[in-house]
Amino acid sequence: MELMIAVALGILTSCGVFLILRARTFSVVLGLTLLSHAVNLFLFSMGRLTSGAPAIVGLTPSSADPLPQALVLTAIVISFAMTAFVVVLSLKAAVELRSDHVDGENPNEDRP
Amino acid sequence: MVPGLIILLPVLGALASWLLSRNAPDASIRVHTALAILAPLTGFLLLAIYWPNLTANDAMVTTVKWIPQLGLDLSFRLDGLSWLFATLITGIGCLIILYARYYFDGKASAPRFFILIQLFMTAMLGIVLSENLLFMLVFWELTSLVSFLLIGFNWSSRGARRGARMSLVITGGGGLALLAGILLLGNMAGSFQLSDILAQGDTLQHHSLYPLMLSLVLLGAFTKSAQAPFHLWLPHAMAAPTPVSAYLHSATMVKAGLFLMARLHPALGDTELWFGLITVTGMVTLMVGAFVAMFMHDIKGLLAYSTISHLGLITLLIGMGSEMAMAAALFHLVCHALFKAPLFMMAGYVDQATGSRDMQLINGLWRWMPALMIVTLIPAAAMAGLPLMSGYLSKKMLFSESLLVTAPPWADVVIPVWVTVAGLFSVAYSLRIFHNIFFNGLPRDLPVWPPNKKPIYALIPLAILAALSLTVGLMPQSIYDHLVHVAVLAATPSHLPLYDFNALAEAHTPAMMSLLAMLAGLAVYAARKPLFAIHARLPDVDAKDIFETLMQRTIRFSQTLVYQLENGSLQRYLALILMTTVALVAWNLTGLKQWRGPVPLSDLDPLVVFGVSILCLSAIGVVLFHRYRLPALLLLSVTGLFVTLIFAWFSAPDLALTQLSVEVMAVVIMMLALSFLPQTSPRESRLPRVLRDLFVAVVAGSGVATFTYAVLTRPANPISDFFMVNSVPGGGGTNVVNVILVDFRGFDTLGEITVLGIAAVAVFAFTQKLNLKQRVAESGHSHWAAEPHPVFLQMVAHMALPIALLVSAYIFLRGHNMPGGGFIAGLVTAVALTLQYMAGGLVWAHERMRTQFRSLIGAGLLIALLTGVASWVFGYPFLTSTFAHMDWPLIGEFELASALLFDLGVYTTVVGATLLILANLGKLMTIAGPGKEIG
Repeated sequence: MELMIAVALGILTSCGVFLILRARTFSVVLGLTLLSHAVNLFLFSMGRLTSGAPAIVGLTPSSADPLPQALVLTAIVISFAMTAFVVVLSLKAAVELRSDHVDGENPNEDRP
Repeated sequence: MVPGLIILLPVLGALASWLLSRNAPDASIRVHTALAILAPLTGFLLLAIYWPNLTANDAMVTTVKWIPQLGLDLSFRLDGLSWLFATLITGIGCLIILYARYYFDGKASAPRFFILIQLFMTAMLGIVLSENLLFMLVFWELTSLVSFLLIGFNWSSRGARRGARMSLVITGGGGLALLAGILLLGNMAGSFQLSDILAQGDTLQHHSLYPLMLSLVLLGAFTKSAQAPFHLWLPHAMAAPTPVSAYLHSATMVKAGLFLMARLHPALGDTELWFGLITVTGMVTLMVGAFVAMFMHDIKGLLAYSTISHLGLITLLIGMGSEMAMAAALFHLVCHALFKAPLFMMAGYVDQATGSRDMQLINGLWRWMPALMIVTLIPAAAMAGLPLMSGYLSKKMLFSESLLVTAPPWADVVIPVWVTVAGLFSVAYSLRIFHNIFFNGLPRDLPVWPPNKKPIYALIPLAILAALSLTVGLMPQSIYDHLVHVAVLAATPSHLPLYDFNALAEAHTPAMMSLLAMLAGLAVYAARKPLFAIHARLPDVDAKDIFETLMQRTIRFSQTLVYQLENGSLQRYLALILMTTVALVAWNLTGLKQWRGPVPLSDLDPLVVFGVSILCLSAIGVVLFHRYRLPALLLLSVTGLFVTLIFAWFSAPDLALTQLSVEVMAVVIMMLALSFLPQTSPRESRLPRVLRDLFVAVVAGSGVATFTYAVLTRPANPISDFFMVNSVPGGGGTNVVNVILVDFRGFDTLGEITVLGIAAVAVFAFTQKLNLKQRVAESGHSHWAAEPHPVFLQMVAHMALPIALLVSAYIFLRGHNMPGGGFIAGLVTAVALTLQYMAGGLVWAHERMRTQFRSLIGAGLLIALLTGVASWVFGYPFLTSTFAHMDWPLIGEFELASALLFDLGVYTTVVGATLLILANLGKLMTIAGPGKEIG
């Protein structure tokens, strides 16, 4: 199980990294979302993988680690806010620069 | 605090001069002169009063503690050596200011000169009076800076700008070397105080870093004192006004390097390395300066090279290292200051009178300027080293010292011959500067004719200096005994007897060497015309041009380098950052000996295998389809959904709920954005780029995978037991995740909802000015629905709203004990309301919203903050929570915790922020936009 989760995290990270290196803002937003999934899962898995034992007192004799969960919960909300911000930023850039290239211009055109 | 006062006075003077020039722009130059001379004059008098207290080998050190932990104390040192230099600086400074009164007469730039020259005095006095070497270094750099301003005084002239830049680069570069050297020295000695350093000469000289440290320190000294090959800046610094040249480039600044060598001589001197480095440099400089000076036609150029030569001479003497040589060095230093300054003044006088400094044109001025000729006669004779003159004595001291050097086998013949030849040239150029200007036929084609004569008072500073020069020549013994000897004692490690000038007078060989140099010099001067002709045929190499080319090349090179790294492409920056990160982490991970930890792997569950496979496939699908944006977005939401399922499977119900609602919102937002953006990405990455990115991505992914695997197979040692144990007794809730969020780590949560609020407000601000008429994507794509608000959706949405709100209230209230809480409830509410927006349209929904989203965010933050502050009222730390169990009618026992109030703040903020983001993005959809602003 651990090996599989590790591999999945690796794949998520690879996909995210590859996408944020692309030239168009939308791909970068996709990549950032994948990357934040990977990061959240990574943080979460640092509390080890336990199934069927939520961190609620008195429910099960032993339970999952609540601390990474609390950290990841806020991380999810914040990464949502950041995604929204980046989306608006890319919209604004696309409108004002008339291009959705991350460098604000089409690299195939001649640069001064 | 006499030394501190002496340093401070010129700063105050400069300030006063500045205020005067600001407030009384038409103040006469007399007032300016009187004001400017106050500071150096006071300093000079203070030093004169202190003179009886000067005793052998005894320094007055005054210290004000500043940052003792760093070895930084504001401390000053007044001993024989610093007294001698400070007296020269203030004394000649007074005369220079007097001279400038006539030089700058009627010029608007006069106040600027007086301000700068006083600042320079401060810097220079700081060098010689500092006890702490770090402070000395600061003043050292200050002299470079102020000198830059003074050389570039006439900034409209290209030569002045270039000369200033050249001197700054060379002396500033030397300053950097000196900085390194002094830091080394301080580390070796364990202190930056001169008293400590001077006391441990033996330790320092046997230290393994001594050669490096000495070389660095000497590099600083050589650049400052214009030693070959760094002497090139000095001739180009002659673009400065003549008072500046007279002061900085003959009497003071160029002597700073000599001062440093003399100052550190007791601690660092008398080693073979010291002798080798300094003596050889001095010899080369002496000869180069004397030789080139012969052939300079520019008066100031001749004087500059002659200065270089004399600096080399003093350096040579310091390098010899014996006490007597040091005595000769410092004695000559005083003589040189006294005869070179008036010669520069003469050059300025002639320059202003005739409009030229070219000695090929200036001839026979004695007819028009007899007084100038008389006051020039003495310093010129002193420079030539004629009998009875101060220069004669110091040159003879040099000759007799040169005969005493025996240490390296080559030195005992080479040095005496070398100095005699150099002496010959110095006789020749001294003769030339006097004879050529005042005699040698008649003037030719001078730009200003007849010469502009200044009042006779303008000659007073020259006359004073000439008289002093003469005094030194006539009574060398008493001048030496009373003024120079204490300085020599401070610059040499042991006691030495007074220098015996009678013995010098009787010495036979030095006298013969002197005579030889004089006769040969006369002969060379007599043969000057053929010599000049030969010299004119030599290739003309201008150091300034070489230097400029070098500078331009360096600048161009660094520009190319910068543009290569920083070409404005964010894509490239990101790639560089990622590659660096990956490389650094990979480098560190190689240190891990064993990937697999001792903890056994848990069994695979088929359901999990299925879920994780879908997760991975959908993520890969996003990459494969990323150019087709809508499918990619749908696949991305699949990924998010399976992340949610993973959270749910691995005992994190709170996370699963949060992720689910966030996923809904995020996809809606991205859909909105996508309707404005192009529907596909062009294929523009070339194959090498794709392969490179693929490589980075795969390496990064493998790193994360290996690291995760390595951690997961190692035993966990969490700190969570504390939270599990204290959750109910301390926080009053059984859902530990929620208790951590609102209680144990409540302060973090407060920060996080603040970030959320800020992000939402930023989105609001960005969307305000977005002009939709410029939308990038062409509208009318086939897959965007023509009917925006389907009736079916409207019906469902209306029915769902009360249920959704009830669910969110339930989730909110039970959050402390069961999965749920403010974050999740807030998101559920937001999703429900978003559905109304989507179903009913923006205007319809917004008319029914009774509240402003921004004030909702503010209210939420305020509630959370006030809950925290309330703890203060009861005398507890910020955000301490309390709870009580109450029996509520109908509901039964219900727990009321103050944390619930905090959670209410979280809930409100989340609802406000999420809706603010969505509504404003949605507003862009409506082509005209609603009339009023949303949020």
